[in-house]
Amino acid sequence: MTTRVLVPSGVLGLGFDSAALAAGVATHPDIIAIDGGSTDSGPFYLGTGTSKYSRAACKAEWKQLMQAREQAQIPLVITSCGTCGTDSMVDWMLDITRELAVELSQSLTVATLYSEVAPGFVKQQLVNKKIQPLAPEIHIDEASIESIDHIVALAGAEQINAALATGADIVLAGRATDTAGISAMPLARGEPQGAAWHGAKIAECGALCSTNPTSGVIALEVDETGFCVWPLAESAMCTPHSVSAHMLYENADPHTLYEPGGALDVHDARYSAIDERRVRVTGSLWIASDQYTVKLEGARAVGYQSTLMAILRDAHYVTNAKVWVKRLTAFLENEISTRMGLEKGDYDVEFRLIGIDATLGELEVKVSNPSEVGVLVLVSAQSEELADELAKLINPFLLHYPLKDNEELPTFAFPYSPAQTNRGAIYEFCLNHVLVLGDPMDVFRLEVHQL
Amino acid sequence: MMKVGEQVKKIRSKNAGPFWITVDVFCGDDETYQKMNTLLSSNMIAELYRVPVETLKRFAIPGLSVLKFSFPRSVVQGGRFDRDMHGAQMSVLLAELDLALETDENKQA
Repeated sequence: MTTRVLVPSGVLGLGFDSAALAAGVATHPDIIAIDGGSTDSGPFYLGTGTSKYSRAACKAEWKQLMQAREQAQIPLVITSCGTCGTDSMVDWMLDITRELAVELSQSLTVATLYSEVAPGFVKQQLVNKKIQPLAPEIHIDEASIESIDHIVALAGAEQINAALATGADIVLAGRATDTAGISAMPLARGEPQGAAWHGAKIAECGALCSTNPTSGVIALEVDETGFCVWPLAESAMCTPHSVSAHMLYENADPHTLYEPGGALDVHDARYSAIDERRVRVTGSLWIASDQYTVKLEGARAVGYQSTLMAILRDAHYVTNAKVWVKRLTAFLENEISTRMGLEKGDYDVEFRLIGIDATLGELEVKVSNPSEVGVLVLVSAQSEELADELAKLINPFLLHYPLKDNEELPTFAFPYSPAQTNRGAIYEFCLNHVLVLGDPMDVFRLEVHQL
Repeated sequence: MMKVGEQVKKIRSKNAGPFWITVDVFCGDDETYQKMNTLLSSNMIAELYRVPVETLKRFAIPGLSVLKFSFPRSVVQGGRFDRDMHGAQMSVLLAELDLALETDENKQA
């Protein structure tokens, strides 16, 4: 058998070439699959259960995909709805889908797959020894799990196929592995597991596996002995190099990819050009694991932050910026202690010198001679009010603090008013673990809606 | 002067999940790959990024003329002390590494 998957782009919200999508629909795919999320943009989105991309951008693209689905009469799947894949983001996509169903006069069966797991349940599973650490090991205990704002389990192909098995026209899935939505239908139709997962990994970032990454749309065809992949935009090509190099991307191990239920092994994969735009891959292996595990992701608030920004242009201060920060830091510690009664452990003030070492910090080895230096001040504390108060206390000294006591007071450039910005709560990723399941659907929830 | 970035076709770095950074060195041809494979040791990369060498994974991929290094982030992605969410600027450190100086230092040592 042969199963064709059309992948419109690496993520909903980033855009794709409409002509390429139309060309993809014309190839008679069996399913359209797109990813909606990632941890790439940091812990804020999972911590708050919100989307990185604008609703308008997602809706405009989803509309095109719903039209393509209607035309092709095949299922449409999105995984990791709304960046983080929480339950709230699956419902967000369901709202968008409802609005579009009315606008497009479509009658649809929609399956929603929820991936969120309650901290209390994870705590219990830790006690039951069903939580296993991945490298590098992050310490967790019952109390720390309790403080996590959102935990999601990454669905694999089994859960996506359970959603497809409802007969849904559209599947809106919570957090899942990047590959699960693409590998699901080939696996359900009995295509070889190695080829299905390897093909999914190659196609999961859309046209990033081609010579023109921004064109978006990719076609994947999985069959009995391997898979073929090619881009739909006329300007793009897939070459054995562009395809095989994609296994390196965002992957700590270029030969092995862990998924729920096993691992993809591409040590012996062979890549060959069918023509100048299409590549065929054979020899990918799937190694089933003894137990079925799903990866967990969690994010929690760790405090509040306000920032300040000043720019030093005076050459005397630019040259001595590090000395100035050291002196200012000591001065501020004393001021904060005497005026607010706070000790060093109660808050954190960090200066980052843009133009000197803001990106690499202590790893920086290059000594540069910038004409100006941006001073970014990160003020963190346990309450929003305190972070804001501290920033306001720092404000006049950031503006005027001299390098030496007997110097005239300088006045640096503040780029806007007010100088301080309230960033609200700040978050951190706090789980790098897998959860052992007896049945793949154990922590996942499926609902079917008629629109 | 023998900066790594001037010797090879491309160097990139990226987060691989919230806990890892991976650095890909595309050598471009087999001759450069053979040379870099000898010069870019695990110890050298671990020292450059200040990570324990036992946590660093090194992959030599002759078919692609690629060397790949992966290591746990010293600060978890997006945490309060993170400076580069996507870790994509980390590659610059390796690109600007002067191998002529490195080998001189080795000779002196």
